[in-house]
Amino acid sequence: MAQWIDACATDDIDEEDLIRFDHDGRTFAIYRSPDDEFFCTDGLCTHEQVHLVDGLVMDYVIECPKHNGQFDYRTGEAKRAPVCVNLATYPAKVENGRVLIEV
Amino acid sequence: MAGIVIVGAGECGLRAAFAARNAGYAGEITVIGAETTLPYERPPLSKPDAAGVIEKPITSKEALSACAIALRSGVTVTEIDRANRQLQLSVGSALGYDKLLLTTGARPRTLACPGGEHARVFRTIEDAREVFRSAGASTRVTIVGAGLIGLELAAVLIGRCAKVTVLEAGPRPLGRNVPEPFAMRLAERHRQRGVDIRCGVALRVCTAFSVVLENGQTIDTDLAVAAIGVTPNIDLAEAAGLTTQNGICVDAGLRTEDPRIFAAGDCAAVQAPDGGYRHYETWQNAQAQRDVAGANLAGGDARFSGPVWFWSDQYDLGLQGFGETEGDPAAIRDLGNGAEVRFYSNDAGQLIGAAGLGPSNAVSRDIKIAQRLAGATLDPALLADANQNMKKLLRAA
Ligand SMILES: Cc1cc2nc3c(=O)[nH]c(=O)nc-3n(C[C@H](O)[C@H](O)[C@H](O)COP(=O)(O)OP(=O)(O)OC[C@H]3O[C@@H](n4cnc5c(N)ncnc54)[C@H](O)[C@@H]3O)c2cc1C
Ligand code: FES
Repeated sequence: MAQWIDACATDDIDEEDLIRFDHDGRTFAIYRSPDDEFFCTDGLCTHEQVHLVDGLVMDYVIECPKHNGQFDYRTGEAKRAPVCVNLATYPAKVENGRVLIEV
Repeated sequence: MAGIVIVGAGECGLRAAFAARNAGYAGEITVIGAETTLPYERPPLSKPDAAGVIEKPITSKEALSACAIALRSGVTVTEIDRANRQLQLSVGSALGYDKLLLTTGARPRTLACPGGEHARVFRTIEDAREVFRSAGASTRVTIVGAGLIGLELAAVLIGRCAKVTVLEAGPRPLGRNVPEPFAMRLAERHRQRGVDIRCGVALRVCTAFSVVLENGQTIDTDLAVAAIGVTPNIDLAEAAGLTTQNGICVDAGLRTEDPRIFAAGDCAAVQAPDGGYRHYETWQNAQAQRDVAGANLAGGDARFSGPVWFWSDQYDLGLQGFGETEGDPAAIRDLGNGAEVRFYSNDAGQLIGAAGLGPSNAVSRDIKIAQRLAGATLDPALLADANQNMKKLLRAA
């Protein structure tokens, strides 16, 4: 059953950046967009299971640290080879300065 | 209608077919590949997991048919007839083209010393399977060449084989465009793990059981692997009268002097702004050039511009870099935890390259940002300050 989890404070993530969040044996990536919205995806790249936290966020795109595959982190859509499998996304919301994700 | 024909179904050629389709090309697209398997990625070949060689296909049959790309595997192009715009195929037939892209890649150099044929090469999935099949617990392996592929192989074979020796003709490992301190650190890690790296050596002869050096030393060897670099596959272009150097010569739009023929990837030599031709042998170059080639095959006017980026994984360490990384760095950024990035600039103070080494992907983000900052004039003190978020520099640039 999906439930809302308190993941971090909004200030824990820089603007246009991401953090890694591990929960219940799973790993997620939580993003703060340039216009201050928050998003959540799986934490591992779909190409070779690398942690996306070491990657680079530019606008709405996360670029994988390993082979430069790119995803739109709002939709999880694979945007550039070598990634071709989309990234799973999860709802995220902000309440009282905390970021909650539904996983 | 003859459409686009692409010769070489590797990273560059196959993906260029998709790029041409994505750029709106509606005609026929045919990709011809000498290898019989569905095209696969090469980098994982030297980074196998416990189960063996990783086969990572570049695409699927479904994706090919969804984009109406015809792939002819196991077929070699033997001749380009430019006057009639036609290719001769190894299967006996001919194939017409409207536009032609050459992505024939490169082939591994073989050892020149007597008995050099005893050393296996490492380029294709078949090569990789052969090497790992022959590499058992009692095997003594000798790798010739301490470049990236030789050292990646050493890193995976030392855990599986009785002995791994790496022989290098140059004075140090990774002499080509890897900063010396990083090369030394990687070499040290190899030595800690038990790899015997010997530099400044020349081979006298190879036999089925040994590699003999000019200094008289004999290295007992059950499996020898040559990892001494590659030669671009330019023969087809050369025979067709196209200009070649260390690669098929193309302009920044990846066009040869024949307006219907393009070349990209490991087989190409691209004209740089200074007029010289640059040849690259990295995966990201294949990626960047396939986008340009694909767009231009579809009638566009895209241009390739460096610098190109590379990575290598050895043990727990990840190396990444781009551009020129020779000489003294303009700044050194210590990210802590054994991760370091070195930045290089030209006489005008513009950033021309960077390289980083650290655990796993620790240096990745800074290298990505640095690559986007290439050409900018930056304060070395800011680059060296690990508390300074590099992204701020990017926003300011
Ligand atoms: C083991 C290994 C590990 C690597 N690791 C890394 C790494 O970690 N990082 C990195 O940046 N780069 C790495 N590389 C380099 C990278 O894989 C290459 O730069 C890339 O594959 C180049 O792609 P390409 O399509 O230009 O050429 P290729 O992949 O060589 O493809 C060319 C294809 O054309 C075919 N062909 C040639 N002539 C003909 C003909 N006449 N008719 C039909 N077909 C033909 C060939 O059979 C081949 O399949 C590695 C390479 C190898 C071999
Ligand atoms: S692991 Fe992410 S692109 Fe390869």
